[in-house]
Amino acid sequence: MTPPAETTAPETTALEAELREIAGSVPDPELPVLSLAELGVLRGLHVLGSGRVEVELTPTYTGCPAVEAMSADVERALREHGVAEVTVRTVLSPPWTTDAITAEGRRKLAEFGIAPPRPGAGASGDGGGPVAVDLAIRCPHCGSTDTTLLSRFSSTACKALRRCASCREPFDHFKELL
Amino acid sequence: MSAPRTAVLALGDDALVLSHRLGEWAGNAPVLEEEVALANIALDLLGQARTLLSMAGDEDELAYLREERAFTNVQLVEQPNGDFAHTIARQLYFSTYQELLYERLADGGTGDTELTALAAKAVKEVAYHRDHAEHWTLRLGDGTEVSHSRMRDALDGLWRYTGELFRPVEGLDVDWAGLDEEWARRITTVLERATLTVPGGPRSSPWAAGAGRQGVHTEPFGRMLAEMQHLHRSHPGASW
Repeated sequence: MTPPAETTAPETTALEAELREIAGSVPDPELPVLSLAELGVLRGLHVLGSGRVEVELTPTYTGCPAVEAMSADVERALREHGVAEVTVRTVLSPPWTTDAITAEGRRKLAEFGIAPPRPGAGASGDGGGPVAVDLAIRCPHCGSTDTTLLSRFSSTACKALRRCASCREPFDHFKELL
Repeated sequence: MSAPRTAVLALGDDALVLSHRLGEWAGNAPVLEEEVALANIALDLLGQARTLLSMAGDEDELAYLREERAFTNVQLVEQPNGDFAHTIARQLYFSTYQELLYERLADGGTGDTELTALAAKAVKEVAYHRDHAEHWTLRLGDGTEVSHSRMRDALDGLWRYTGELFRPVEGLDVDWAGLDEEWARRITTVLERATLTVPGGPRSSPWAAGAGRQGVHTEPFGRMLAEMQHLHRSHPGASW
């Protein structure tokens, strides 16, 4: 079985909380309306010693090309805040799910014209994996639920392309990954 | 505990080679949505390949500087794209296998935490690839006379490469016979729904010997590698 991969004994110091706030507020390179904290990809931040910080990021998808840009952005943000040495580590376990996107993050996605993923707490029918995308998904432009799937993949691996039958606008849907 | 090298190379090579093949559709796919879909699937596979190959060594050296005989991917993934039906048939056979295998590895089939973590993450991506392949198999099989016959030809043509998927990979503690049975059950279900029949021919070629896992590859693989490695070999160490 997968051993618990949670970071050990997170007795977070005030400095760590402050730095985590800074790292977490870095915008996602591909969805700049969301911060890394809202996307739920910032897994941890540890001060290892004076001026040395380790950050843990998790990719949304294994091949997500944004991870490298995220690492560089986090490193820059922390350096600007006086941290001399930043190490960014990519962690895979436990796998990221769309449930890691915060409520505020979902609201911003919809505002940006991307239908947010539906929450899946306990709703994932057959043991993980993406759920079927044919349940009602609301058009982020006009609010209609009369929308159809155009393509299971869209501008990035994490989105599907849909069209609204009411306002006829196509839109991206951040597809559920649970 | 670190992952057995033979195992991560085998799985990493499968993902890398199929990723490259799917990437060849860029600019050539029948419709824009499929262009995007195939590129996204390729990207998922490339991410898996990078993680897996990095467990065995330097990812760039392994991808770009090994000779053909050092690659241990199954022959199925190196088969040329052919027409769209061939690509879908290859996707159906492979993603069904990969999903079942990763499910087992995610359950700790190797006892290796790095590989377990990758499998647990990748299985979700692969489930979506399999879903994509199934939808197209249904659409082509249960479509027009032409799409049906093309899909049938593709399934028949690639069938001989499916036996190799279930040869044990050193270092992976998996019930391969059980995996094969479950794979056959799932493929049969999809093909029947698509008004197609499960191909009847042999599932390996007599000349295949130990085949891909032992570094024996089919003729098109050399040309694919030449194209994939050419830039890196011509400009060693280049970056942008």
